[in-house]
Amino acid sequence: MNLLGKLGWSAIPFDQPIIMGAGAFMVLAIVAILSWVTLKGYVPYLWREWITSVDHKRVGVMYFLLALVMLLRGFADAMMMRAQQAVAAGGAQGYLPPEHFDQVFSAHGTIMIFFVAMPFVIGLMNFVLPLQLGVRDVAFPTLNSVSFWLTASGVLLINVSLVVGEFAKTGWIAYPPLSELQFSPGVGVDYYLWSLQISGVGTLLTGINFVTTILKLRAPGMGYMRMPVFCWTSLAANLLIVAAFPVLTATLGMLLLDRYLGFHFFTVDGQGNAMMYVNLFWVWGHPEVYILILPAFGVFSEVVATFSGKPLFGYRSMVAATMAICVLSFLVWLHHFFTMGASADVNGFFGVMTMIIAVPTGVKVFNWLFTMYGGRVRFTVPVLWSLGFMVTFVIGGMTGVLMAVPPADFQLHNSLFLVAHFHNVIIGGVVFGVMAGYNYWFPKAFGFMLDERWGRWSFWCWLIGFYVAFMPLYLLGLMGMTRRMQHYDNPAWQPWLIVAAIGAVIILAGIVCQIVQLVVSIRDRDLLRVTGDPWNGRTLEWSTASPPPAWNFAVLPHVAERDTYWVGKQRASAQPAQPVPQQQYEPIEMPRNSPVGFVNAFFAVVAGFALVWHIWWMAGLGLLGTFLAILIFAFRDEDEIEVPAAQVAQFDLVHKAEVAI
Amino acid sequence: MRLCGCSPAAYGIWCSALRRRSFPRSSPTVKMPVGRWHFHQGQGRAYTRFRLLATSSIAAVTLAGCSDGVLSPHGPIASAERQVLFNSLGIMLAIVIPTILATLGVAFWFRSSNLRARYMPDFEYSGRLEMLVWSIPAMTVLLVGGVAWVGAHDLDPRKPIASAVDPVRVQVVSLDWKWLFIYPDQGIASVNQLTVPVGTPVSFELTSSGVMNSFFVPQLGSQIYTMAGMVTRLQLQADHPGTYRGLSAQYSGNGFADMRFTVDAVPTNGFPQWVTATRRAGPLLDAQAYADLAKPSEAVAPSTYRDVAPDLFNSILSAAMPPHNPSQLTYLASQGAKK
Repeated sequence: MNLLGKLGWSAIPFDQPIIMGAGAFMVLAIVAILSWVTLKGYVPYLWREWITSVDHKRVGVMYFLLALVMLLRGFADAMMMRAQQAVAAGGAQGYLPPEHFDQVFSAHGTIMIFFVAMPFVIGLMNFVLPLQLGVRDVAFPTLNSVSFWLTASGVLLINVSLVVGEFAKTGWIAYPPLSELQFSPGVGVDYYLWSLQISGVGTLLTGINFVTTILKLRAPGMGYMRMPVFCWTSLAANLLIVAAFPVLTATLGMLLLDRYLGFHFFTVDGQGNAMMYVNLFWVWGHPEVYILILPAFGVFSEVVATFSGKPLFGYRSMVAATMAICVLSFLVWLHHFFTMGASADVNGFFGVMTMIIAVPTGVKVFNWLFTMYGGRVRFTVPVLWSLGFMVTFVIGGMTGVLMAVPPADFQLHNSLFLVAHFHNVIIGGVVFGVMAGYNYWFPKAFGFMLDERWGRWSFWCWLIGFYVAFMPLYLLGLMGMTRRMQHYDNPAWQPWLIVAAIGAVIILAGIVCQIVQLVVSIRDRDLLRVTGDPWNGRTLEWSTASPPPAWNFAVLPHVAERDTYWVGKQRASAQPAQPVPQQQYEPIEMPRNSPVGFVNAFFAVVAGFALVWHIWWMAGLGLLGTFLAILIFAFRDEDEIEVPAAQVAQFDLVHKAEVAI
Repeated sequence: MRLCGCSPAAYGIWCSALRRRSFPRSSPTVKMPVGRWHFHQGQGRAYTRFRLLATSSIAAVTLAGCSDGVLSPHGPIASAERQVLFNSLGIMLAIVIPTILATLGVAFWFRSSNLRARYMPDFEYSGRLEMLVWSIPAMTVLLVGGVAWVGAHDLDPRKPIASAVDPVRVQVVSLDWKWLFIYPDQGIASVNQLTVPVGTPVSFELTSSGVMNSFFVPQLGSQIYTMAGMVTRLQLQADHPGTYRGLSAQYSGNGFADMRFTVDAVPTNGFPQWVTATRRAGPLLDAQAYADLAKPSEAVAPSTYRDVAPDLFNSILSAAMPPHNPSQLTYLASQGAKK
């Protein structure tokens, strides 16, 4: 028996300069960062304060960082595809052979959905939810750390696939029979499956954690109808995670059984049924897009209300719309395959259901509009992103409804029109929402503002770049160009693909501006320093210090109405001469840091890698390690530390003094 | 404005989708039924702005339509689908454009530096507006939903096209990475080249030898997936003689980009001639020849077979199906033609 399974030197593509270059760059960057961190002596600090941290704010920031790094990776893939399609017209083959191009688009989709968009929104929810709910942490803080590190494991595995072996050549949806052993005998699909399985467990745990947090931990007096809308949209998103992710795990699990143990769930022979995979995949896949977009809707609701100086218009409507979307999102999945020969009744039903989901979405847009109506809109960077979203998302929604009309879809399915549509809603919706949230909550997380000027530049580059890159794709779809083409013979398509490539470069400029914005802001942090409430906010997170202490609130706030912090500020300014009662501070119990997440994830990577390469002994070791890590954690003696009342009091008094200045 | 031969048709449909909008009385390049629109001098500025918008969208759309895309249909299915596309787009633009303008307008007017704008910090609920806010998208969806439901039934891919002429049957098999077209009634076959008579419905039965593909001729209409062990059905028709591009719209592996075919729509009397000519030359497609053909290959040049082993399509189908029930299989495969 071979001790290293299928692994050998041939797994490393030495003959591929692009891959080796990218791999070498990645390895160098990691080595450089690690040695810098070690030489500077930051390792104990990182271990103590970040890696083992179970603080929801720290975990949220790490999610966000992870997503930012993966955004660069996914975007590099996008640039490669745009460059390839800009040149590979007529007889030209471009610079990427099919084996490579196919991996690039598969990796782009997988990374952007699972390892950019998901960590972005989960990071935001992690940071914001407990603060908005007026509590000290999520329901299961250590589990939260485990979730994060499992996601990071998936990220690591998918990046290892760049250098050791290959990635899937199946598209990010990995439809069988193409993804079955018969047609994809390599390890690419296995990398895809194991990295999604491992990170999928993390995501499911996050969903359970957040649902519990929202349902069971809220500040005293915060009834459901007093929660900020971001909490509502997060609740809906996490309910969807809990309901949908097990479907994905089971579906990919069946494909794994097919590939590893000779089952016949989706194979061509042995009565396999590939269409079942397609159904199950989209039973997860369509709720997934709402898992991504609902938290973004929540961000826009907070941003628009705050910067209009008004409560959100139609709060109840917003809540109803959110929950309607949550339920309806499970009734539309078949619109992903109208062209697989379902009957007219089935296609018609799912087409109409898909349109019905546009109603609550439309309601949200109108409610944001009426929130601005009669307000005093401050055109800060988060507002720019929100307005860019409202315009862009309406267009994306329209093309979505267009494709929900079955006869239109018969012509547009799998075309670049479709590609343009989902980038229109995911960039115009999720990415813009995440960027709005990033600029909005950054001062809360770090105690200083992000530079406005570079923020504006970034926004305009993204917005213009988006339109230049994706409007041509709508046209190309109408011109009959289908997606995932490594080269094409129709010269009429080429000019538009060149325009799209230029658009991608403009988006790149936007990303560069964002990085510069971050660097400049860190450099000028003393000038940009703020206290707790820089935006004149409405919700509880602005009532505490920036950055908040580990315990968030010295004394848990009492909530008597919606936008309770705003109402409190209004009252205080109306009757200024109130004597402040002496605050009673009590010691606070906080969860103790734990390395279990990191250790567990380490073994998960070992197990995943070993399973990809059929190194069974190592897989056993990895699985045993993950099990033992959890088991040892379960036998811990103490899991909480007590913050003495004096420390809490001192921090709080300093914060109050700062606010008073 | 007039960029190529197909633009007036696209323009006419575009206009009908945007009915009750104002257009200028005359346009130097494009003919249109002016009588239905009423032009008033006073609205000049709004017109200019709208004309700009309309012109640019039409320019974009016709540009797309001019090439061999879905906006220059050459068959009844593709024409009807384009009509559905324009109708839905028209209904939605009527609500989307005002919404975008209102968003930008409200945000601009209520900017904090505008002292003339009224600040209403307590304006957070209005029953009437809520009513409006829910009913506007609901009404829009009611209309588009109607289009979708009716369209899904009228343009059901398996629904026979009403015609005085008997349909031509074609059995389609997607292979790695080429298309096999079997004419069961003529007993011939071709690879990467589909010849059909003009004005005659073509009744397709489709399957795959392995991975999924999607059979798609943009200018003739609907695409449909090909899946191993399953038969999908599609009815198309070409109205004008010509050569149209066909392709796979579902990614299927390394040779996917070259998985193209040409559709030759020949005059009605040209089709029997082509069949006769095909029968005279070329190899025989029997089980062995099929096994050779089915081996993966890329960028395959078009070719024809003078004869086809009987029931080849069913045997390809049954290769991916449980072997114990062949009777049901034959029934399934022949069902489409009888319908």
